[in-house]
Amino acid sequence: MQNADRHSQSVKLGSPLPLDCGKQLEGVEIAYASHGMLNADKDNAILICHALTGDQYVASDHPVTGKPGWWVRMVGPGKPIDTDRYHVICANVLGSCMGSTGPASICPVTGKPYAMDFPVITIADMVRAQAMLLDHLGIEKLHAVVGGSMGGMQALSWAAQYPMRVGAAAIIASTSRHSAQNIAFHEVGRQAIMADPSWQGGEYYGDGSAAPSAGLAVARMAAHITYLSEAGLTEKFGRRLQDRDTKTFGFDADFQIESYLRHQGINFVERFDANSYLYITRAMDYFDLSEAHGGMLAKAFAGTPVRFCLISFNTDWLYPTAESRTILQALHAAGADASFVELESPFGHDAFLLENAEMEAIIRGFLGNGEER
Amino acid sequence: MTSLRPDQKIIAAHVADGARVLDIGCGSGVLMQELVETRGADVLGMEINPAKVAAAMARGLSVAQGDALKDLVHYPDQSFDYVILSQTLQAVKRPDLVLDELVRIGRQAFVSFPNFAHWRVRLSLLMGGRMPVTRLLPEQWYDTPNIHHVTVDDFRALIRDKGLVQDGQWFLSGDTQTGRGAANLMAEHAVFLLRG
Repeated sequence: MQNADRHSQSVKLGSPLPLDCGKQLEGVEIAYASHGMLNADKDNAILICHALTGDQYVASDHPVTGKPGWWVRMVGPGKPIDTDRYHVICANVLGSCMGSTGPASICPVTGKPYAMDFPVITIADMVRAQAMLLDHLGIEKLHAVVGGSMGGMQALSWAAQYPMRVGAAAIIASTSRHSAQNIAFHEVGRQAIMADPSWQGGEYYGDGSAAPSAGLAVARMAAHITYLSEAGLTEKFGRRLQDRDTKTFGFDADFQIESYLRHQGINFVERFDANSYLYITRAMDYFDLSEAHGGMLAKAFAGTPVRFCLISFNTDWLYPTAESRTILQALHAAGADASFVELESPFGHDAFLLENAEMEAIIRGFLGNGEER
Repeated sequence: MTSLRPDQKIIAAHVADGARVLDIGCGSGVLMQELVETRGADVLGMEINPAKVAAAMARGLSVAQGDALKDLVHYPDQSFDYVILSQTLQAVKRPDLVLDELVRIGRQAFVSFPNFAHWRVRLSLLMGGRMPVTRLLPEQWYDTPNIHHVTVDDFRALIRDKGLVQDGQWFLSGDTQTGRGAANLMAEHAVFLLRG
């Protein structure tokens, strides 16, 4: 038995991490949080994979923002991912900036931050690092892996890379490959960061240097629009003005939506590293699970024993329902046990992070595999 | 939990233990659950209504939201021991095309439907001069999901035209089975087991 609820701890991987780019990373650290007890058979572990700007603080307060964990609705005692039953692990992804090795980490060779010397990583590399974390923890097989958005890409990759180490995979509001539109939005964000004079080719970590906060904030603002829906924006903001009765005929944040996006951008830069944003968006853009199988996604899952659950949201235009259907068709063609539903929500891509009674009931039932029906 | 309909009971009684089954139009999974629990079957469901899909998934059943006419094409040939289409044939846009898919992806296919030539339906139309509204067909002509009313003899003609093999046929009047001789007149409900 292990201690329940350790909000963040860190492991240094015992061997170098081989990467898809051909290089390998030495001395990789992975920061993770755990909730609930690991049972004696070590077969009740659930790995939760976080999204682009998420972190290991899935069910505990964030140390920088002080906000509650990003999925407290789903994870906790008696919740759909029930920490009274399951040992929940959530690790900060490789390349991020909340304790796991990323571009802001010190390179053991140079003694300086990697910055742009950090190798370009992939979703598969992130998953490989998580598998090495589980090796360290002595967990041979996961009861389930669960993730939304980029977390769903990792969950799907887990099933493809380690089919014998995963009992079930829940993939929410996600995709098996980044589309041209997905890459396009990411490129806008990266160019905003790199156009900020403070970016300095990524070498902004030294004393007296300012981080490229303006660029990163713009990147976040552009990305944030893709997480919402047109109908949701209209309902929440419409054309309403911010703290004023008339337009100023200037370039202040006249509209509430402008003020909201600026606020999102400003808050984000306090907790996120610009270079991490470059590397993680690149990893997502490189993601295409069918690529190694001649474009045949089904081949990535041939004979898989993993149970799958796919959920999409009707107003999500970042990873629309068609992406989940593509995965479903491939899984069924491969003979896999796969469920799928498109749920209704006005909140666009962000719906997976918000309250949704149907999603909660489905995940609870899927993880229990009907035990409580 | 809702109990099985009479046609579902017949289907459940004739599915072999441990079979791999696709239940099309599975609703919230009543028949699926029966097959899992009593037959140890490996069952996948398909359902068009997302609320019903969510209800079945919340029970831990494997269900994919989908449309028989559009989504069956993605399954490989003979990938299931049985494909079940219960009370759904009369509600799809092209029953003939769906039937082709059933016998392609399933080694055997159960098809059940309400018989529009049952004497009570005939009498209702003959005497009333209006589209029949009966116990098994309770909707009005304008809001019925049953867009292709079909009779036992119509269905027999279709499977003959398609050259399909009949491995079984059962006819129901209420909860009890009736003979096959006068089925087109006496059966409220028909269940066929077919092979391509």
